[in-house]
Order: sequence, then structure tokens, then C-alpha cells
Amino acid sequence: MRYLLQRILFYVFTAWAAITINFFIPRMIPGDPVKSLLARFQGQMSTDAIDSLYVLFGLDKDASIWSQYLDYWKQLFHGDLGLSFTAFPASVSQVISDALPWTVALVGITTIISFLLGTGLGVLAGWRRGSWIDGLLPTTTFLSSVPYFWLGLLAIYLLAGPDSFFPSSGGYEPGLVPAWDQYFIPSAIQHSLLPALTILISSVSGWILSMRNMMVTVAAEDYITVAHAKGLSERRVALGYAARNALLPNVSGFALSLGFIVGGTLLVEIVFSYPGLGFLLFRAVGAKDYPLMQGIFLVITISVLVANLIADIAYLMLDPRTRKEG
Amino acid sequence: MSGEPVLEIKNLNVDYGLGDQAVRAVRDVNLTLHRGEVLGLAGESGSGKSTLAYGLTRLLAPPGVITGGEVIYHPENAEPYDVLGLDDRGLRKFRWAETAIVFQGAMNSLNPVHKISTQLNDVLEAHEPKMSAHSRTARAREMLKLVGISPDRMDAYPHQLSGGMRQRVMIGMALILQPQVVIMDEPTTALDVVMQRQILGQLIELRERLGFSVIFITHDLSLLVEFSNRIAIMYGGRIVEEAQATALYRDSLHPYSAGLLGSFPALRGARRELTGIPGSPPDLKGMPTGCSFHPRCPKAFDPCAGNIPVLGNPDTPDGSARTVACWLHPVKQPVA
Amino acid sequence: MTIPTSSVEQVIPGQGAMAQPEPAKPGRARRKRFRFVANGKALTGLIVLGLYLLFAIIGPWVAPYDPDARGPALTAPPSADHWFGTTHLGQDILSQVLVGTRGVMLVGLAAGALATILSVLIGVTAGYLGGGWDDSLSALSNVFLVIPALPLIIIVTAAAPGGGDTLVALIIGFTSWAWGARVLRAQTLSLRRREYVEAARANGESTWRIIIFEILPNLTAIIASGFVGTVIFAVTSEITLAFIGIGSVSSWNWGTILFWAQSQQALAQGAWWWFVPAGLAIAFLGTALSLINFGIDEFVSPRLRSAGKTKIKTASGRTVRMRVGFTPVLSNSSAPHTHARPIPVNTAAATPVNRSKEATQ
Repeated sequence: MRYLLQRILFYVFTAWAAITINFFIPRMIPGDPVKSLLARFQGQMSTDAIDSLYVLFGLDKDASIWSQYLDYWKQLFHGDLGLSFTAFPASVSQVISDALPWTVALVGITTIISFLLGTGLGVLAGWRRGSWIDGLLPTTTFLSSVPYFWLGLLAIYLLAGPDSFFPSSGGYEPGLVPAWDQYFIPSAIQHSLLPALTILISSVSGWILSMRNMMVTVAAEDYITVAHAKGLSERRVALGYAARNALLPNVSGFALSLGFIVGGTLLVEIVFSYPGLGFLLFRAVGAKDYPLMQGIFLVITISVLVANLIADIAYLMLDPRTRKEG
Repeated sequence: MSGEPVLEIKNLNVDYGLGDQAVRAVRDVNLTLHRGEVLGLAGESGSGKSTLAYGLTRLLAPPGVITGGEVIYHPENAEPYDVLGLDDRGLRKFRWAETAIVFQGAMNSLNPVHKISTQLNDVLEAHEPKMSAHSRTARAREMLKLVGISPDRMDAYPHQLSGGMRQRVMIGMALILQPQVVIMDEPTTALDVVMQRQILGQLIELRERLGFSVIFITHDLSLLVEFSNRIAIMYGGRIVEEAQATALYRDSLHPYSAGLLGSFPALRGARRELTGIPGSPPDLKGMPTGCSFHPRCPKAFDPCAGNIPVLGNPDTPDGSARTVACWLHPVKQPVA
Repeated sequence: MTIPTSSVEQVIPGQGAMAQPEPAKPGRARRKRFRFVANGKALTGLIVLGLYLLFAIIGPWVAPYDPDARGPALTAPPSADHWFGTTHLGQDILSQVLVGTRGVMLVGLAAGALATILSVLIGVTAGYLGGGWDDSLSALSNVFLVIPALPLIIIVTAAAPGGGDTLVALIIGFTSWAWGARVLRAQTLSLRRREYVEAARANGESTWRIIIFEILPNLTAIIASGFVGTVIFAVTSEITLAFIGIGSVSSWNWGTILFWAQSQQALAQGAWWWFVPAGLAIAFLGTALSLINFGIDEFVSPRLRSAGKTKIKTASGRTVRMRVGFTPVLSNSSAPHTHARPIPVNTAAATPVNRSKEATQ
């Protein structure tokens, strides 16, 4: 339990750090871009909305940094991330909460599948050295060196098209209303197949390779020889002894590299115009919609932290040495 | 000693690597383990004693390769067979049920992520699939009790046990299927001296009760003199001398055995001067010609550098009960 | 985006299985370095990287056209005049790729160098000094590790005015040092407890002397692999920034090419030549760098090398596989290999060989 508490404390600290970074970034740059945008919406915005943007971007030069910081936190606790310029008059929190489920579904599920698939193949590759999976490694290395978004472009070029089963853009058939019904769900799944495949292909090799290396390292441990000496079945030795131990560093590696992976996968959304956070961020960057960018960064960071915490809990359950005080 | 063999090693050869890069670690070893005895195997590091033990159960990690020989196992009430000729399934069945091993390094022999009970249970599940879960647990508890561990530690993880306790668990695990042969590879080197004697004493007592045979590998000759019946000394991958423990201790024939004995303080009997052996163990890649010990041997003479001495019974009063491979002791009857 | 695949980076302290670089003696160091280059993967990677560096230098000179110059052939497929085809404005794509190489390599190497310096400073300091230093520096690197780097880089670059290669390199460098620092901290921690370091400390050597002469030389492989890993990350990040239209807008890099390809609907027009060359250029560079890292990994922990010969023939002509737990038996005949025969020796007349060296002992 102490381990878990420590981790939670660390994530709270990291969240605080990320929020503080987010507070300072707009304050280190001239406020002109935001001011000029504000000028554009003059008259359409309520004074409340303008006030909240003043707090977010530190336009109120009279207030001390400290009181700006306190106001900023107060606003965050109310879930107020300001107004989006591009989706005006919708608020940033509204726009993000529309996009978030798409990203969680696409990136979340594919990342987990990729981890499980890669780890499984890595177990095979590490256990049976010199098998066909070893021959697969150069190809996967090459694929993992390609930026995700470029692989997405290639996938669209090769597989999508007007006559193809795979739609080249969007999250669902235009004209459908997002709902949990028999029209929308299949369409959403069909639209997510190609982006998911892209993410899978480019991220799976990393897991294969790291799990293979861990298996090779673990196979030389004494307890593996003991397991063989005990006359256990090949399956039991490979899974219960070797893979079970090799999995531990791979799970903590998973937790640590989540930030990297999520960053990369968001780009796939851009290529496929997938209605998630990545595509939203792309549009926000293009339109210089600073409040939206800041909000997306915060939400992505918090999501990654939550995912990290879940990975930590998984690790806790896998490794008895952290579970009980030794 | 009944004199009935339980394990016969015949001309076993083990290499590391293949082709040109091959290094021979065990050379033409002939050794017989008799029912109920403790056979000590001693030598410096690199002498091939551990390679021999892992080789005969085919547990050597790559690039280890068995290039020749036979390991004949004599089951209690069945025909003898060659362990090296078994297929994978047969070998799995043979392992642990007939020959169990207690490894060196008690710390890493247990799987860190499974409970003690799971690891004991694994053995029973693999070898006695028909046994009920209840009787498996009962058997595991019984084994722990046998080696002096409270059965309520069944659900402990390895990291929660001390080094001595872990090694006891390993011994209990080795005996759980009542094997005929237990190989102990430096079983107590990682433990303190008091713990060493306690565990070895307990093991000898268990052997008398359960009647298994032991191959006891160590570089600590004084432990062997105390705990084993017969001792074989290895050097450069060969057995250079083999005799009853007391005979070897009282008058060793091979100069290397004498050197080894001179390197350790004796625990019992008259005090001796500690000498040690000059030089270092041979490089397996470039073995000296003739007797591989001759460059370090204080008694080397003409034939030593040119010809490999053959292992056989020497021309001494107790010659029929011991063997040696040394030109100083011409062989009456070579071991075949 | 590449997941850090290096096993050196995957090592989590306290989990065992640490790829420990053995503290090499100076005499062996040269031979080992030679062996690293002899590693096929590393050599391939280094050769490809060398080609990229060459084009980074000579690219703008050998480019057949000015990358900005418009031509008459619009969105033309590859031809003898334009090997990689042209853009919607008739610009030569080969020239854009060649000219873009310099920017990509400069930003990648500069950001990688900056991140490596930071990671060495932070990681080694934390690992060696321990205590409060360790706690605060480790917390700092962990924070940077879990905050998703790319979105952070995007919002910082988007907020900063102007853009430009230098700024992009700085931002990437300052946000991507955490992996390296973490691995270096763990390794320094274990090196610090080694006997030769303890001995140097007992001799009263200064902390900085110990770090520079005793610790750093043994971290070379990890630092190198961290550098290569960060360069991969920096290159992809930089190209990504250009692709989504922020960062260096004035200069050409492969991301800029992809940006124009994407915004001008190259896909819908079937203009594959517009985005394939730049993507392949990234992919080959990334592969080369990964290969170098595999080479370093295998150099550090030889176990990871491909198993080499895994199948062998037995005496009976069957083929068996080398594998853990089942040592192959090549022949189980009990005929002895060496034919030692007893020969009569007259021991009574034995004259001990004169071995003066041992005799004195």
C-alpha cells in the first residue's frame, strides 16, 4: 500500500507541475496574439469569458504573478478552461469532452492491443531464438522508424479510396448521429480500423523487441534452469517462469513510455481527420486557438497520468516484492 | 556400501561451442555412483565439476554440447537405461523424479514471483498429475516440515525467506518426489559456516532415512572429507583421482589431490601445514600436452609432458578400491 | 514516433537483469571498440548515417534545382528531369529532400547533444551524490518522463514567436533528456558501489575526478545509446512539427515537404511521389540509428546477440536445436575420445623435472 500511496503522491505532484508549466508558457510570450484574437471577438464575448481568458493568459498585468496563479487554480477547479476561438461560443471543456472519447477508444485500445500482441510475440521470439519472429525483426525495426503519421498517409494511399472498404477520413459516416445504436457503432468501428492498424503496425515492434530482450536475459537466470531440472512442461517454464518474470520490466517500461506513445499516436488522428484530441490539437495549432491548445495539453497529460497509475497498479499486482514489505 | 550402481557415467565428453571454437570442458569422464552413497566431486573452479553435473542431466545452457558418452541410470526395479538417449518427454519425466538437483546460489534458484507453495506444487503437478490438490498440499507441507521449515511459511514468497531457509526449501523441493539421486552443486557456499554444517548434517541424516544417493560438488575438500563416502578429484575436465574419503584424506596419490588437501585446514584429525597449489588452473582453450597438471606439478618428470596418464587402479595395497591418473602411480588395471 | 526500444533504456533499477557494461581495462578497450564496429548491425547503421551526414553537407550543392523555384511541370510524376517528381508549383522534390537533409540532421544532432549533456549532468549527479540531490533530480526527471513530450513541444513551439531551427532544437533538447537521465542514474548508482570507485574515494580523490575518470568511462555505451535514441526522437519530433505547420516554416525539411503534400491533397491526386521520398528518408535514417543502438546493446550485453548457429547435426545425422534446458547430445556412444593407454613407467628412476621457478616457492 505504501508503494501505491507513493505513486499517487508522485502523480499528483506531476499533475501540479504540468499545470504550472501550462500556467507559465503563455506568460513567457508576448500576449499580442491572444489580445488580437480577443479584439476580433469584441462585443460577442461576455465579460465573464473575457475575464477568464485574461486569467488564463496573464493579460492582466496589474495583478501579481502570485494572485494570477491563485486565480488560475480557482478557475481550473471550476472546470473552466476558457473559450475556444475556433469553436466559439463553445467552451474549451465542451470541445475537449466531445473529442476525448474518440481518442480514449482509438489510442487506448490500440495501445493495449499493441502491448499485448508485441509482448506475446516477444515471448516467442525470446524463447525460441532463431525462429521466424527473429526474421521479422528487421522489418518491424524499419516500420517503427517511420513516423506514425507517414505510415497513415501510406495506408490511406494504398488501402483507402472511394471504392474501398476503409474510409479515408472521419470517425463515422457523415449524416449519422453519434449514439449507441446499430447504425453508428459499426460505422465508427469501420472508420477506426485503418488508424488503429497504423498505430498497431508502428508501435508493436518496440514491444516485441523489448520483451524478446527481456526473455533472453531472464532465460539465463538460475530459476529457469531449476524449472527445467524440475521436469516442468515447456509451456510452464516458458510462461510461468520466464515470461512471468520478463513481463515485469516490460510493464514498467510500458508505464514510462506511455507519454511517448500517446504523443505519436495523436498524429495518426490528424492524417485520418479522426475526431479525437490529436486532430483537435492540429486544428487548434493551425488557427492559433491558444486556449484550446492549453486545454488539450492539460487533458492529455492528466489522461497519461491516470493511465500510468493503472499500469503501476498492474505492476503492483504482478510483482510480490513491491506488494508486501520484504 | 552395497556396491550396486545407480548412475554410471561412461566416457562423457562435454564441449562449449561448436566446430573450431569448441572448448572441451569435460573429457572422457568415467564415474559410478553407488546406491546410498555420498560421492564427493572436488576441484578448482573451471575443473569441469559443475559442467559434469549439468551435462549428465542435459541442463547445460547454450553453447554447451554433449559430444559423446553415456549416462546409465539404474531404476530400483526396472531395466537400466541411457539418460542421454531419452527424448524430451522421457527426459522431463526422468528429471526430478529420479535425479533432483540442489543448485548453488540459493538466492536465485527460486522463482521470485511465485509462492513457495506454487513452486512445490508445480513439481507434483508435472510428475503426479493424478494426485489430488489436497494431497499435493499435504505433501508439500510434509516436505517443508522435513527440512525444518514451519509449514505456515507455505504462502511466503522467496524474498521473505532468509538465505538458509531458501536453501532448505530447495532441499525439500529436491526430495519431494523421493528421487534416487540428488546432485548438490555447491549447495552451501552462499551460507555462513554454521548454517553450512547445520544444513549438510540434516541432509546426511535425511539420506540415511530416505536412502537416496548424493553427488556432492564443492571446491571445499574439507567438507567432502567430513560428509562424503567417496571422493573424486577433477582437474582440467578429467577425473585424476578417486578413492574412499578417508583413504584420500590419509594418503592421496595424485599430487593435485595433495595440493588441494593442503589448501584447506582440516576440521578433524591432526593439524597440517597449509600449502596451496602454485600456478592457476589450465586454460581450456590451450590445454598442456600430456598430463594437464604437469606445469604446476612439483613432482613432474619425463613422461608427464608427453603422454596423458590413464585413470586406473594403482599398484598399492588398497589399489583395487581406488583409481588415479598419474605417471607416478603406474596403472595395473585401467578403468574402461 | 519511436518507442525507446533499446534494452538499455528498458532497464528499471532494482529489477535485476541489468545490462552491466563490464568495467573494461584500458588494454582491452581498443579491441572491444573494434569489435563494436565489427558488429554487422552497428556497421550498417554507421554507414547509412555517414551517407546522411554527407548529404547534409553537400545536399544544397548537389541539388539539381532551387527547392523553391517553380517550374512548368506541375505535380508531375518522377521523370528524367525530376527524379522524385514535382509539387503543385512545379518545384523539384528531389532538391527539396536534399536541401532538407541539412536542417533535419542539424536539429536532430543538436537536440540530441543538448539532451545528452543534460541527461549526463542530471543522471550522474543524482546517482553519484545521492541523498536530497538524488530525490529532487529523480523526481524532476520522472516528471519530464511522464508528461507527454510531443504535445508539450507542440504547445511551446506554437506559443513561441517566429519559430526557426535553433528554437526547435532547444525546445526538443530541453524536453527529452529524462530517459537518459533515468538510465544513467541507475547505472551510476551501481558503479558507485563498485570496489574501484570505493577505493578511489578512500584514497581521497575529489568527487569530480572520480566522476570524470572512474564513472564516466564506464557509462560510455549508455550515453552513446541515449544520444542515438534522442536523435531519433528529435528527428521525428522536428518533422512532426513541420508536418503540422509549426516550427521552421522558412527552411526546408522533410516535414515541410509532407506538410505541403498533405495540405495540397497529394493523396487525393494520387501523387505518391510527393510524400514517399521524404517518408523513406526518415525511415532509413531512423532504421540506421536503431541499428546502431542494437549494436551498442549487443555490445553491452552479449546475450542479446542473435543466437548464431542454433541447429547442429548429431552423429546419427539428425538435426537438433541449441536451447536452454535441453543440451544437445551429438553422440551417445561410450567410446572414449582420447586414447590414453597405460605405458610402463619406471617410477623408481623418476627424476623430477627441474622447474626452478616453482622450486623456490
